[in-house]
Amino acid sequence: MGRYLSRRAVTTAITLLGIVVVVFFVVRVLPGDAAVLRAGPYADAERLAQVRAQYGLDAPLYQQFWTYLTGVLSGDLGTSTVSNRPVVSELLVRLPASLELGLYAVGLACLIGIPMGVLAAARQGGMVDRLVRIGVITGSSMALFWLGLLLIYVFFYRLGWFPGPIDRLPVGVEPPPHLTGLYTVDALLTGQPALAWQSLRSLMLPVLTLTVVLVAPVLKMVRQSMIEALRSDYVRTARAMGMPTREVLLRDGLRNALLPVITAIGIVFGYMLGGNIIVETLFSWPGMGRYAYQSIQNSDLEALQGFVIFVGVMYVLLNVLIDVLYGLIDPRIRLGGKASS
Amino acid sequence: MTLAGTLSSQSTLPAARTRRRGWLRRHPMAAVGILVLTVYVLAALFGPLLVGDPLRTSPSEAMQAPSAEHWFGTDRFGRDVFTRAVVAARLDVVVGIVIALVAAVAGSVIGVIAGYFGGVVDEVVMRVTDVLLAFPGFVLALILVAVLGNSVPNVVIAVAIAYSPYFVRLTRARALAEREREYVDAARLAGNRQWQIALRHVMPNSLGPAFTQATMVAGWAVLDVAGLAFLGIGIQPPTAEWGVMVAEGANDVISGAWWTALFPGALIVLLALAFQLIGDDLQGDQR
Repeated sequence: MGRYLSRRAVTTAITLLGIVVVVFFVVRVLPGDAAVLRAGPYADAERLAQVRAQYGLDAPLYQQFWTYLTGVLSGDLGTSTVSNRPVVSELLVRLPASLELGLYAVGLACLIGIPMGVLAAARQGGMVDRLVRIGVITGSSMALFWLGLLLIYVFFYRLGWFPGPIDRLPVGVEPPPHLTGLYTVDALLTGQPALAWQSLRSLMLPVLTLTVVLVAPVLKMVRQSMIEALRSDYVRTARAMGMPTREVLLRDGLRNALLPVITAIGIVFGYMLGGNIIVETLFSWPGMGRYAYQSIQNSDLEALQGFVIFVGVMYVLLNVLIDVLYGLIDPRIRLGGKASS
Repeated sequence: MTLAGTLSSQSTLPAARTRRRGWLRRHPMAAVGILVLTVYVLAALFGPLLVGDPLRTSPSEAMQAPSAEHWFGTDRFGRDVFTRAVVAARLDVVVGIVIALVAAVAGSVIGVIAGYFGGVVDEVVMRVTDVLLAFPGFVLALILVAVLGNSVPNVVIAVAIAYSPYFVRLTRARALAEREREYVDAARLAGNRQWQIALRHVMPNSLGPAFTQATMVAGWAVLDVAGLAFLGIGIQPPTAEWGVMVAEGANDVISGAWWTALFPGALIVLLALAFQLIGDDLQGDQR
């Protein structure tokens, strides 16, 4: 296990370094003159010189990269040109809002996706299987912004079941005291179930929008790995020994099929980090994705670049976590020692 | 191509044709997908010739609900939504297909080279794809366009870069397997150069999965381009593009005017759906 972890640490470090290199290349080298990009097309020579000095753009490239890298390593993702505050702290303030939305959406996707995937695999070609196939195709060809608008139109404008697409709580409602930053949890912890219900209602439409898209990869993965598990020798043996179908499905099939599902959940989380920009923008949800959108609107390249690095690092660390979990659950992986490239 | 090759392909032609017709019958979903896609391609080819000017404003006709005169209604500038939606077909369909082609060709060439030659080349290529895959594709495309500037070619490049790692991985895996086949030894003994073998012999045989993947990527690319436009990145208003139209109409929906955003959005989803239906059946065949 130790060797497995240390090898994983090395490849992770290389990937993280790669992220910094790629983002540095994109924002500093690719645009020809990085100062013009930051100062705007109408800046005069004096302003350009000022911007160059401010961001250290007059230094040689390797020196710029070194400053950049050491900055990122010490947790400095740049300073927003609009608010003049460190991008890291601006992102961290918005993290709980994104996290709450993401956790509910991924949770709901698993709640629907895992049992449906198992049922589809148990009866291939049956009713559930057909439904699952339709769900997968619909989910993977859905435009988040369109689905979100459709849900807003039907459930907010027409039926009035849920609040409109503004913020995490209706206007004028005080948020709960900050404990975890997740409003539903904080409200319950401080004994305000009514407030928790209100924030859950605000969560409903954006969560539903994300879930339709997120459930597709979960369904696909669960069905596929379940079919493989059911074809295996141990399931055949269990069947031959007269074990009841339900027990075979749940104990031998699902337990083994869940391993790849953990990977799928990682992929889903990663997807959500990107898809969240659209959903958070659409629902005016004050999370990191909306921050990225606002920094685009304000041409705040420093903030956008900080967001991209943040998301990249979170994504990589999440995958490491999943790999380690995987290694803990499945001894074949950590003992096999097979290089994964 | 040798004479024998031409002859044999001719002799199998009728069989191939019936096999193809049978394929469609066995894959009704792909058939529906191809049918829908055909309608889109026809709209892309001839649509702009049949409808009027997508930018013509008419303030007196603003925000009209769908009617016999304006099938999809009008937007807040009094522009005809149907006209704009039809004109947009050319841009959206072409952009989606071009992105898939660029990503597939670039990714497959790199993948075959990495898989066939191996060694340092392979190692470098794999590390680079690792890093590119460390970002959610949409986020990578987003920052690329933000830096490169808002234009259609830049969007195509950015989204194609975001998808190319998948093709690199796919074709590399196939090329690794193909490298061991006998025809490669034969080609080598016949005195072909390594590059020739890699690109002319191994590559065509490694493209199967990439082709299937490309159909799905075309659908996702349409969604991504429209999503970027929705965020105000890439294709800009007043261009007739479905994502731009949804972005412009998003605020109308909250006040009940659903037609300005939901019609163009539905066209995006339907196009993506058509690509998925075809891709799904192709994928089923490969397993």
